[in-house]
Amino acid sequence: MTMTKTNQTTEIKSFSRPAVGAISLSVGILALMASIVLAVSAGAADIQFLHVWRSIFSYDAAREADQIIVGIRLPRELGAAFVGAAFAVSGAIMQGMTRNPLADPSLLGLNAGAVLALACVYAFLPDAAYVTMVLISFLGAGIGAGLVFGLGAMSRGGMSPLRLTLAGAAVSALLVALGQGIALYFNLAQNLAFWTAGGVSGTTWPQLSVVIPVVALGVIAAFWLSRSLTILSFGEEVAVGLGQRTFAIKTILMIIVLILAGTAVSLVGSIAFIGLLVPHMVRFFVGTDYRWIIPCSAIFGSVLMVLADTVARLINPPFETPTGAIFAMLGVPFFLYFARKGGGKMK
Amino acid sequence: MIQLVQQRRVQVTFVIALLVLLTAFVISVATGQASLSLTQLGRVILGQGTAREHLLLFEFRLPRILVAMLAGMGLAISGSILQSVTRNPLADPGILGINAGAGLMVVVYVMFFTNESSSFLYILPLFALLGGILTGGLIYLFSYKRGEGVNPTKLVLVGIGLAAAISGAILTLSTSLEREEYDFFATWMAGKIWGDDWVFVLALLPWMLLFLPIVLRKANILNILNVHEHVSIGLGVHVTRERILLLFIAVALAAVCVSVSGGIAFVGLIAPHLARSLTGPRHQHFVPLAAMIGAVLLLVADTIGRVLLDPSGIPAGLIVAVIGAPYFLYLMVKK
Repeated sequence: MTMTKTNQTTEIKSFSRPAVGAISLSVGILALMASIVLAVSAGAADIQFLHVWRSIFSYDAAREADQIIVGIRLPRELGAAFVGAAFAVSGAIMQGMTRNPLADPSLLGLNAGAVLALACVYAFLPDAAYVTMVLISFLGAGIGAGLVFGLGAMSRGGMSPLRLTLAGAAVSALLVALGQGIALYFNLAQNLAFWTAGGVSGTTWPQLSVVIPVVALGVIAAFWLSRSLTILSFGEEVAVGLGQRTFAIKTILMIIVLILAGTAVSLVGSIAFIGLLVPHMVRFFVGTDYRWIIPCSAIFGSVLMVLADTVARLINPPFETPTGAIFAMLGVPFFLYFARKGGGKMK
Repeated sequence: MIQLVQQRRVQVTFVIALLVLLTAFVISVATGQASLSLTQLGRVILGQGTAREHLLLFEFRLPRILVAMLAGMGLAISGSILQSVTRNPLADPGILGINAGAGLMVVVYVMFFTNESSSFLYILPLFALLGGILTGGLIYLFSYKRGEGVNPTKLVLVGIGLAAAISGAILTLSTSLEREEYDFFATWMAGKIWGDDWVFVLALLPWMLLFLPIVLRKANILNILNVHEHVSIGLGVHVTRERILLLFIAVALAAVCVSVSGGIAFVGLIAPHLARSLTGPRHQHFVPLAAMIGAVLLLVADTIGRVLLDPSGIPAGLIVAVIGAPYFLYLMVKK
C-alpha cells in the first residue's frame, strides 16, 4: 500500500506557468469588471453602461437609475462576486488538501450543514443579527464537514474520493432533511426554499459589510498558505519529508474553508459545483501551483458567479431562476467526467 | 434438516412482519387530526358508524394509507432489484437519481399539460416512467465499461451527479410555474404523499399487480445475478437480457410509485437490507419481506409526519431521510 502511494507521488510533477498565470489573472480582473458593469446594467429596468459609471462615482439620489444601481443591483453583484470567490477558493483548497478531484463544499456536506444551522437560527433566534447568522453558519458548515470526514476516515479502506463523496451525499441528505423539517415545523418553508435553491437577490449593504472583509481575509490567508498547499497536494509523505507541519497547516486550511463556505452560504444559500468547476478550469490553464490556482480561482469564481446570476435574472423575467440550478447543470458534466475517470488520483 | 429449520424461520418472520404491518395499519387509521377510537373503527367497518366517521375512514384516511403502503412496497422491491443486479449494497432509486428523473417529467407534465383533465392521474405515472427510464439508461451508460460490466461504486457516484443535475433542471423549470403549481411541486420533491384519493390507489395498483409476479418468478435469476458475472454466464443465464429486463422493472416500479408518493429516498435502501438480515440472501424469501418492511416504513413515516404537524404534515420523505441517511452511513462505514 505504501509502496504504490510513494510511486504515485513521485510520478506527480508540479508544473507551473507563471506567464500564463499572470495573463489569466489580468484577463480575469478585466473580465470581472466588465461582467459587473454588464450585470448592473442588464435587467428588468434597462440602464446604459455610461449611467452605471456616473451613478457609482457621482451618486444622485434624485435619479431613479442611481437608486436602482446603488441600492439594488450593485450590492447584489458585489455579493455574487465575493460569494463566487469564496466558493471557488474553498473548493480549490479542499481539492488540494484531500487530493480529491471531486471535493467541493456542497458535495462534502459543508453547505448542507450551514443550511441546517440557518434553519435553526430562523426557528429559534428570529431576531439574530447578520453577524450571528454568519457565525452559526460556520458552525453548521463545520459540523457537516466533520461528519463527512469523520465517517470517511472511519470506514474500512480509508478515505477514498468515492467514499467521501458517498458520505457527503448521505450526510447532506440527512442535514437538509432536518433543516426542511425544522422549516416546515416552524412554518419557515419559504425562507428556507430560498436558501437551499441559492440566489443573491436581496443582498444589502450591511450584509456586504460583513461578507466582504471576511471573504477577503479568507482569500488572502489562503494565498498566504498556497505554497504549503502545493506541497501538501503532492501527498502527505512528501510534505512531511519536506519538513512541513502537515497537521497545523491542514487545520488552518480547513478553518479557512469553513469560514469561506459558511459566509458564502449565509449570504446566498447552497450553491453546488462552483467550487468543483472553477479550480479545475483554472488548473487547466495555470498548472498545479496553488500560488496561481488560488488567486485565479478567486477571480474566475467571481466572474462565473456574476455571469450566472445575470443569466438567472434574464432567463425568465421577472422571475428569477435559482443560481444554484444553473451551476448544477453546468457542473455535472465535469462531475461525471471525473467520476468516470475513476476519481482515483489527482493530477 | 437445516433447510427445514430455515423454512420454519422464514415462515415465522413472515407472520411477524404481517402482524407488524397490521398493527401499523390500525394505528395509522386510528391517529390523525380527528382520532378514531378502536370501537368507533369497529362500528364503521361493520357499517354502523356515523356518516362523518364513514367519510373520515373511507374517503380520507384509507386511500392515503393504501397509497403509502403500495409506494413503500414498490420502492422496496425496486431497491432490492437494484442492489442485486448492480451488486451494490448502497443502491436505491432515490440515491441513484431515478426519483429525480421521474420528477423532471412530472414537472414537465404539470407545466405543459393541464391538470384539470380526469385522465391526469393515469397519465402522470407514464410520464414519470419515461423520465425514470431515461435517467436509468443514462446512469447505466455512464457507469458501464466494456469488458468490466457495471462498476458498482461508479454507478452510485454517477447517480449522485445526475440527481444533482436533474434537480437543477427541475428547479430552473419550476420557477416558471404558477404559484400554486410551484407549491405543489415543492412538497412533491420533499416526498409528501399527496395522492390521498382512491384514484391514486387505482393508478398504482395495476403496476404492482403487473410487476410483482414477474419479480417473484425471476427470483432465481436474481439469486444468480447477485454473484459474479462470470458465474452467472457459466450457469447459463442470459446476463445482459435478464439484467436489462430486471433493471427496467426496478426503474418502472420506482418511477410509478414516486409519481404518486413524491421523491422518497432511502426506503429502497433500508427495507432490502433489513429483510436480508432476517431471512438470508434468497430472493424468494427476502423480496416479499422487503416489500412488507417498505410498506411499514413508509406508513409509519407518513403517520409520524401527519401527527407531528397539523394539518399539512411533514413530508414522509423527510422523515424517511432522517432515519435512512444514518443507516446508509452505517452501511458505508461497515463495508
